[in-house]
Amino acid sequence: MKGVVTSISGATVTIDLRGLRLYDRVYIGHARLSGEVVHLEKDHTTVQVFEDTHGLSIGEPAEGTQAPLTVTLGPGLLGGVFDGLQRPLPALQQKSGAFIRNCGTIPSLDLQRSWPFTPSKEVGAVLAVGDIYGVVTEGHIEHPLFARCAGKIEHIHSGPIRLNEPLVTLQGGEQLFGFQDWSVRRPRPGGEKCPAEVPLITGQRCIDFLFPMVKGAVAIIPGGFGTGKTVLEQSIAKFTDIDVVVYVGCGERGNEMAGLLSEFDELRDAAGQPLLERTIIIANTSNMPVAARESSIFTAVTMAEYYRDMGYDVLFLADSLSRWAEALREISAALEEIPGEDGYPTYLSSRLAGFIERSGVVKTATGKLGSLSMILAVSPPGADFSEPVTQACLRAAGAFYQLDTSLAHSRHFPAINWNHSYSLFSKECTAYFSREIDVQWPTLHHRCRDILQQESALREVVEVVGMEGLQDRDQLLMSAAERIRRDFLCQNSFTADAFSSPQQTAQRIAAIIADYDQAVQRLEEGELLTDILQGGNNAPG
Amino acid sequence: MRLAEHCYRSIDAIRGPLVFVERVFEARIGETVTLLAPNGQRLEGEVLKIDTKQVLIQVFGETSGLDLEKTSVTFHDTVKRAPLSRHCLGRIFNGSFEPLDGAPMYIPERWEAVSGAPINPVARAYPREMIETGITAIDGLNSLIKGQKLPIFSSAGLPAQQLVAQILSQARLPGTGEFVVVFVALGLHFNEFNFFRNTLEQMPNRFVAFFNLAGEPVVERLLAPRLGLTVAEDLAFNHQMDVLVIISDMTNYCDALREISTSREELPGRRGYPGYMYSDLASLYERAGRLHDRPGSVTMLPVLTMPEDDITHPIPDLTGYITEGQIVLSREMHQKGIFPPIDVLPCLSRLMQHGIGANQTRADHRDIANQLYQNYAKGRELRKLATVVGTDGLLEEDRKFLHMADEFERRFVHQGEERRDILQTLDLGLELLNEYKRGTP
Ligand SMILES: Nc1ncnc2c1ncn2[C@@H]1O[C@H](COP(=O)(O)OP(=O)(O)OP(=O)(O)O)[C@@H](O)[C@H]1O
Ligand SMILES: [Mg+2]
Repeated sequence: MKGVVTSISGATVTIDLRGLRLYDRVYIGHARLSGEVVHLEKDHTTVQVFEDTHGLSIGEPAEGTQAPLTVTLGPGLLGGVFDGLQRPLPALQQKSGAFIRNCGTIPSLDLQRSWPFTPSKEVGAVLAVGDIYGVVTEGHIEHPLFARCAGKIEHIHSGPIRLNEPLVTLQGGEQLFGFQDWSVRRPRPGGEKCPAEVPLITGQRCIDFLFPMVKGAVAIIPGGFGTGKTVLEQSIAKFTDIDVVVYVGCGERGNEMAGLLSEFDELRDAAGQPLLERTIIIANTSNMPVAARESSIFTAVTMAEYYRDMGYDVLFLADSLSRWAEALREISAALEEIPGEDGYPTYLSSRLAGFIERSGVVKTATGKLGSLSMILAVSPPGADFSEPVTQACLRAAGAFYQLDTSLAHSRHFPAINWNHSYSLFSKECTAYFSREIDVQWPTLHHRCRDILQQESALREVVEVVGMEGLQDRDQLLMSAAERIRRDFLCQNSFTADAFSSPQQTAQRIAAIIADYDQAVQRLEEGELLTDILQGGNNAPG
Repeated sequence: MRLAEHCYRSIDAIRGPLVFVERVFEARIGETVTLLAPNGQRLEGEVLKIDTKQVLIQVFGETSGLDLEKTSVTFHDTVKRAPLSRHCLGRIFNGSFEPLDGAPMYIPERWEAVSGAPINPVARAYPREMIETGITAIDGLNSLIKGQKLPIFSSAGLPAQQLVAQILSQARLPGTGEFVVVFVALGLHFNEFNFFRNTLEQMPNRFVAFFNLAGEPVVERLLAPRLGLTVAEDLAFNHQMDVLVIISDMTNYCDALREISTSREELPGRRGYPGYMYSDLASLYERAGRLHDRPGSVTMLPVLTMPEDDITHPIPDLTGYITEGQIVLSREMHQKGIFPPIDVLPCLSRLMQHGIGANQTRADHRDIANQLYQNYAKGRELRKLATVVGTDGLLEEDRKFLHMADEFERRFVHQGEERRDILQTLDLGLELLNEYKRGTP
């Protein structure tokens, strides 16, 4: 289908083509810039272009593909670094150098690379859609291949194979390859949803102990600039006990992506594998085109779903969802849609809810459980949490880690505000940890929260009368709370303390609380407060 | 591609810096145009929007001499490009790249589009080398790293320009690359202009300057930083230089952006700034960096003035969300006579972690920085408390923090015009920490 460009404003282009569907992919101009249909009118179609439109002129050709924006799913995604349209950035670099310029299409997966394939069906077997017909070994992952269409197997390959060679020939000539395309805006079917109840162990004491997360759930991390969202997301990406990590740098910094890449290249996971091999990175930095930023989280979540459907535990990290929402707002403004709160389109929260719905635990075709957990950073303007994006996320999230600017300024990291944060999974997780790690876990959890709560009440008193004005017992509590904050909740990501196993976490809090109990007892036995405070509790962290 | 330029006299409307031309045969987004006014004045512009009836042009320069009938518009069939050559060193230009220093324009080696192209994230080398600015509060606690973008958040009436000038004359870079400064002044007043001009003249052939003064066209403020950055990228990545780009004042840039957006009748966002300001600022700030495949670097030190001293105002807020940290100046410090008046608590350098320590500065750098921060933060918190309950309400132990906070400001942050190298800075920090540990009042 061919037509021409009739008007251009930035990355928003109208064309005279009719008969396209919403979200169809379109190629614009002599340079074949790719774009997506965002509005349909009787006499024209509006397209949001994913690339730089500089130099584009009206009258240039436009071509509709009659197909939506898709991603390619298959072996070789793990370890990949892609932009928001799933173009592999290393291949893009080879083609256009250190700077990204328009350079046509590049296959997302390396079609020349050879993979070991083991068939699980024989010639003559009948395949239904979605049946597994064999497995490719992709690093530590057994990567099953699902039939795209039904039929009787006439020929099936065995041994090493390239993605551009057919694996199966069905009766009637239909061929199956090791990869498939999937529309990014259509959730993958997954399977029956199941409850999320297994803890996601992040190695962050404050999260695992106070506000635990479960596999298949959604957590959000809102925080002003410099409060530690990225460092926290990256630590979680490094240390979480999980099969596959999908990390989206959505509208954030190029240097951060470079740092992530070089670090993940060197680091090994618990099994000694390079971290990069369990990770898919999508980098659509803030200076890359806005429309591709909007699509980047969908591109990424589709890849995450793909591994979940194989029965793996997948963790999806996005930094930051606010940049996605702003991209949506920019596009909406360019289309002159009627704005809602703070200029965001009125469909922001439904769009967001639809995206977040793609998380969860599913029972896959083989009966195995697969999970897709999401931890999403949010960047509220002026660190004001009442803004629409934070609020819309809040409605959908099961855990909320609020990062506090004043904690960050006093270098308390991770700057998770323990009074305002919450997790809906405390109960399940506490039971799990008490069973698997330490029977004391529930007691310790309760005591720790209690001390922190009493401290915030006492702080108000201190603000009127000063520390000197407190009773001895309260001063002990203040000192214990300070130790919890400094030696337990603080966790520097740039030292060996960056990861804390649940055992270490339990031991550390148990030690602090035991010291506190002992101090209280000494006070009751008549010892002087100054002696007790000088005793054990003052060692600097 | 069209091969020839073409010229029109069909202006339909002029609205502030925007000109609407009708019946244009072919125009390209981002294409440059020249407008010739009846009084002989030549102005440059750029195509922003095209539809079947009209072409919308944004004019760089004063549009007051233009009219509808006689003004002609020539389309050049090319996007806005900057003339590049290493002969730009030592030169001073206005916001449209015309020499202000009396010397003739050089012959360019090549031309590059001023909008630049994004660096492929996999081509970026992570910044790891500290630039010694000679300023203790920066080097010691918020180190500037080669390839970083680190803004200075100032407030009206604070000596940000003096701080910038001091960094200009005292900064030393690691490695052997040639170190040059690209200075972009946006909406500066004449005495600021003179002040910087004098500072730059102390560093002959090591700078390129673009000056847009307060009285000069607002749209040029959108162009000048792009010219500066295009020159900086060329010097860095084609001539192996380490380039420090200083843009002052970004608040004037953002106000220009708002002004243009208003004349385009776009929907205003927070405080009237356009909704795309984040992406627009990112298209400038993200041009800082280093590459794997070649030497050279672009480091950025933009200066902005926080309206009403408010750090949550969209200009510092969006900047903070894009840049890799911030240096914050405070009125309170300034009133205490501290120079540079840096309030270290809200300051941050995100790239510092990997640029300091044993092989780069000194093994104890990180520890010293962390401890100074923690003690000072505690001191500041207690200072607030002491204003309510009095120093007597504080514990003996806590009074030491209070004292330490005062000493920290007086001796560590305050340094006047003296240059301190990183070892002096660290020794000073250690001295303060030891005094505190010994408990000397
Ligand atoms: N867990 C941590 N341990 C040590 N330092 C930390 C930690 N978290 C954050 N920091 C410090 O805070 C700085 C800012 O953190 P980070 O870049 O993650 O902020 P952010 O919330 O992502 O900001 P932005 O919204 O601007 O991207 C880091 O560069 C680091 O110096
Ligand atoms: Mg961040």
